[in-house]
Amino acid sequence: MRRAYLNSDVIISPLGFTSEENIAKLRNNISGITEQDDTNLHRTSFYGAKIADDKLEELSLQYDLLAYTRLEQMMLLAVKKLLEKNPSLDIHKTGVIIATTKGNVDQLAIDMQSENAYLTSLSNTIESYFTLKNTPIILSNACISGGLAVAVAKRMIQAEQYDDVIVIGGDVLTAFTLSGFFSFQAVSDQPCKPFSKNRTGVSLGEAAAALWVSSNKIEETNVVLTGDASVNDANHISGPSRTGEGLFLSITKALKEANIESEAIDYISAHGTATPFNDEMESIAFSRANLLKVPLNSFKGYYGHTLGASALIETIIARHCLLNNEVFASKGFDELGVSEPVTVLKENKIMPLQRVLNTASGFGGCNVALILEKINS
Amino acid sequence: MEKKYYIKHYCAIKNEAVYKNGEVYHEDETSDNLKDFAKGIYKKLELKYPKFYKMDELCKFSFLASEILLMNEEIDEDTALVFANKASSLVTDRKHQETINDPENYFPSPAIFVYTLPNIALGEISIKHKFKSENAFFVNEKFDSSFIMNYSQMLLDTQKATKVICGWVDLDSNKYDVFLTYLTREEGKQITIRELTDIYNNDYGRISRRA
Repeated sequence: MRRAYLNSDVIISPLGFTSEENIAKLRNNISGITEQDDTNLHRTSFYGAKIADDKLEELSLQYDLLAYTRLEQMMLLAVKKLLEKNPSLDIHKTGVIIATTKGNVDQLAIDMQSENAYLTSLSNTIESYFTLKNTPIILSNACISGGLAVAVAKRMIQAEQYDDVIVIGGDVLTAFTLSGFFSFQAVSDQPCKPFSKNRTGVSLGEAAAALWVSSNKIEETNVVLTGDASVNDANHISGPSRTGEGLFLSITKALKEANIESEAIDYISAHGTATPFNDEMESIAFSRANLLKVPLNSFKGYYGHTLGASALIETIIARHCLLNNEVFASKGFDELGVSEPVTVLKENKIMPLQRVLNTASGFGGCNVALILEKINS
Repeated sequence: MEKKYYIKHYCAIKNEAVYKNGEVYHEDETSDNLKDFAKGIYKKLELKYPKFYKMDELCKFSFLASEILLMNEEIDEDTALVFANKASSLVTDRKHQETINDPENYFPSPAIFVYTLPNIALGEISIKHKFKSENAFFVNEKFDSSFIMNYSQMLLDTQKATKVICGWVDLDSNKYDVFLTYLTREEGKQITIRELTDIYNNDYGRISRRA
């Protein structure tokens, strides 16, 4: 079976417009979550992670992207920067997968019949901008979209449909999603606090990212996706399983495919949305999978929940953690507030890393687990 | 060696009728909205599943088509769901947007918002049949038989699932186009891209008055 190498990446977020800028901010434990008081986004002020309008506009002007929607600008920037730094990567020969939950849904506020509100407007934009032969594939699978898209890329490479796949992920902070999460009473009244005792809900965020997945490595030391699985809870459409069933099964199946036991995992990049039920469910799943001693964090305290982008961003960060042998403090964490004693990272650490487990869970009862392994040739 | 997979059953909901394996299962030329049309199919199936009434129309039609495929079938927990459509959950997205458009009349509701994701339909079907397996919801301009077949076969080839329900469930402004197939390793028509395209395109000699 062919390997799926994670070769190169770009993150466009409130923490920066390259992966390296993002990692530098994480190293200094700087969060992108700030108080927002834009009544076009929500009636009251709230905590969220938003890309500064002037910075996005400046960069979009430089790349001549001002004619596109906010999300399209972010996605096009991610892909253009990925291609810029990888001259050997020819997007005309790659598969392209776009992960998003809501795409340009902000356009509905302007026009209920907006053509841009169809998710296919994203694939059409990417296709025409880069004059692609094949239309990109869109995956819209709630909050696991970005992680599942990386798994889909690996599967396509292993089935020899493509040698290279570019995974793009993105979602924007909108009145649409904010109002929905507020109606669920699931938004935290302070920056979110994953796995903490006093967590009260999510902070939402926005970001886009692009990741090059390939059957060929470009560096001597590289990161490979060795196992992936996605299992539905079959329990509830808006609440996670109380037994963590789908996540537990996803982890078990991904470990099996990677041909390792749970002891081989050095670090977990968890989903950790900071809602009471989600984090509790994750702790139970990690306990069932014998992973309680493994250092873990959530990046939601840095980025907020970026929905369809989040698991892709977290995969990219996990890749950099593996290459740099470092892990970051779980921002917003104070006192453990889940029933199973997971090992939440309270500070940054330099430690040897060989294998990382990255997980995500979402509405509809979906879960995904990815095993990333560093391989020295 | 290339493994062979089979379309054991297929179901289409189009042109005011429901078809199973190419035969008419249910016709309804009187309902003038999707809600009543779905309710008529539910009654015909003689289901007792109160969760049905809470679902949005995308979930209802996905659920009903899967019920028709799985009639008298032994349920396999490891059945993957691979769905696609054009309009994602836009019908319900517009409903949620209506609840927030007017600041004077602002009433967003969790019961609507939860259905603003297309993969909720996969969750509903998973809950009904206790499928603890792979789910993926893709969005394309039109039904791409080659992509759906290749992805489904990949799940079967790599033992990520033992059976697959795959197809197209598209709803938009009172238009609907539903086509699901049940893929197994044992019996039925051997699946090819040609076969899948042909059975999807079959209009059963009818054109909808509403189309």
